[in-house]
Amino acid sequence: MAEQTTIAEQDQSLVTYSEQEQKLASLGIKAYLMTSLLVFSLMMLAGVTLRASQGTFLDIGADLFYQIMTVHGAGMVGTAGLGGTAVLWYFLRKYINLSSKVLWVNYAIFLVGVVLILGSIFIGKFAGAWTFLYPLPAKSMGVWSVEAAAVFMLGLLLIGTGFLILYLDIGIKLIGKYGNLGRALGLPVVFGMKPIDPDHPTTVVAATMVLIVNFIGIAAGAVVLVLCLFNLYQPEYELDPLLIKNLIYFFGHVFINATIYSAVTAVYELLPKYTGRPWKVSKPFYYAWAAATLMVMAVYPHHLLMDFVMPTWLLVIGQILSYCSGIPVLAVTAYGALTIVYRSGIKWDLCSALLLLSMFGWAGGVIPAIIDATVSVNKVMHNTMWVPGHFHFYLVLGLLPMILGFCSYLSANSQQEKASATGKLAFGVYFVGAMGLILTFLASGANSVPRRWAEHLPDWQFLSQLGAIAGGLVLVGFLIFTLQNLVRLPKASI
Amino acid sequence: MLAQSVWILTLLCLAVLVSVFGYVITRSTEVSDYAEVQRKWYAIRGKWFLCLAVFGIGVSLATLLPFPVAAQHSATAGASPVNVVGHQWYWTIDDTEYEVGETIEFRVTSADSTHGFGIYDESGALLTQTQAMPRYTNRVLYAFDKPGTYSVLCLEYCGLAHHAMTAQLTVK
Repeated sequence: MAEQTTIAEQDQSLVTYSEQEQKLASLGIKAYLMTSLLVFSLMMLAGVTLRASQGTFLDIGADLFYQIMTVHGAGMVGTAGLGGTAVLWYFLRKYINLSSKVLWVNYAIFLVGVVLILGSIFIGKFAGAWTFLYPLPAKSMGVWSVEAAAVFMLGLLLIGTGFLILYLDIGIKLIGKYGNLGRALGLPVVFGMKPIDPDHPTTVVAATMVLIVNFIGIAAGAVVLVLCLFNLYQPEYELDPLLIKNLIYFFGHVFINATIYSAVTAVYELLPKYTGRPWKVSKPFYYAWAAATLMVMAVYPHHLLMDFVMPTWLLVIGQILSYCSGIPVLAVTAYGALTIVYRSGIKWDLCSALLLLSMFGWAGGVIPAIIDATVSVNKVMHNTMWVPGHFHFYLVLGLLPMILGFCSYLSANSQQEKASATGKLAFGVYFVGAMGLILTFLASGANSVPRRWAEHLPDWQFLSQLGAIAGGLVLVGFLIFTLQNLVRLPKASI
Repeated sequence: MLAQSVWILTLLCLAVLVSVFGYVITRSTEVSDYAEVQRKWYAIRGKWFLCLAVFGIGVSLATLLPFPVAAQHSATAGASPVNVVGHQWYWTIDDTEYEVGETIEFRVTSADSTHGFGIYDESGALLTQTQAMPRYTNRVLYAFDKPGTYSVLCLEYCGLAHHAMTAQLTVK
């Protein structure tokens, strides 16, 4: 009988929870968000320090520079995962019965992982970058010990394990409700086997995509971390550097993308509340998410375009799928958001403004990313500042406004409220700073300035100085948001 | 040159994106029937999708045929081979002097961690690059069109003195 049950029939009722479960969930969401805001702030400070050092505003030495670079990358990526997950989990639990205990288990494991990573960097002096590109962790030239590298990788492994446990709970509950992940993703509609069910939640589709790609991505990351850990203590057991590089970039690419695909549920769920226009599933919506599921996993070779020994067909796929992967964002999600807002009579507040900003940031980040994924362009752009330019676009103006918009929604007790003068100031400072930060990165990349250099040549320093100032503005704007939410979130009724 | 063109193209695309968002925001507080908005916008979306697809296919064909990377499994006929090995934190290059117009086949590998072999001209512009990876050799072809002193910079983070890992090439 389950086969004959339509998605509409299943989705007609929302999940209800006991008071105790609700309280645990509420505390969990707040813990995730408040931790995210605090760690993001600290990591932004780290980022500004890096740009200030490149611009000669500070002299911190190469060893500390690369340690801070490592903590900035690992901290930002991990916290993006935490914040994005909080958004997704909050909305998804309306439709499937998720366990708050599992949410807390992931949180506890995350904190242990963070402690290990911080210890490895600031006590063990590990500075192998968050991408721990084999065999660098084992070849520090005496700068850090094998133990420091091992603790760092163990920290990453623990954090990944926590997320896998959380995804297991999500996967079990999705399959329990929809029968299989294909139905939860809407594949029967994609393949013309079923008509569109307008009551199938967009959040469920997004969550299924995130679950599929990130489970596989983190599993690949766990495999490569275990292999690298083994190699640290058994160096005679050599790994294939190209295979390991493929696995690392597959994991890294999928994980960071999944953070955005998780947090975008805030846009799907909240913009309709502001505009009175529902964001329903449609054929293009299903096609886009099915395609994104495949493309987020298959597009990672665009990180290896300068590894010419890679099979040619993989490099070609890396370029073509990079072009294709922009279409769901540019023609479906961002386009859908604009359609919903256009002549809707929306009354803007901080939440809705941040959510629309996130659509601009995501769509804007696609542009330099796609161009750089062209093999012939990549020859003069790969590993220049162009790269942090495009991913800061996605993250600073895409992901973070999604999370901040969500925080703002919760802080206002799910009510629309007029933006305060402080909120407007924070928005303006943050936006101006973010555009400055991104454009100085991109301009540096266009001027061939390499990324991840502790010391910049005199010709490069002016843009680094501008970048440091712009980064400082981002930090100020974000700190205002953070302080507001740290005061209001604990009192919010979730 | 290519990098500057890419920069200008990116700025133009961003300007269009800002204009579209700006247009929508300035009209967001007016009210229209949603069904009418959907009908109009979704009709445009089909064309927009088609436009993106055609543009993407065109650019793919133009930039991938011929494939812009040298054959990796055999030496390129007529090219002068030069072996390059990255070490923490220096380069060994078995020949660093070339003639203008001479096609060089850099065979790039590493003795330890992964490095990035990037060639810069005197103005500081990145001309070409490839990864220097242990146990693999990447071949990159380049013909210098001007005499002068060129720099090699490391473009893959490789540890404490990554930024000091440079070398020089001379073209006569």
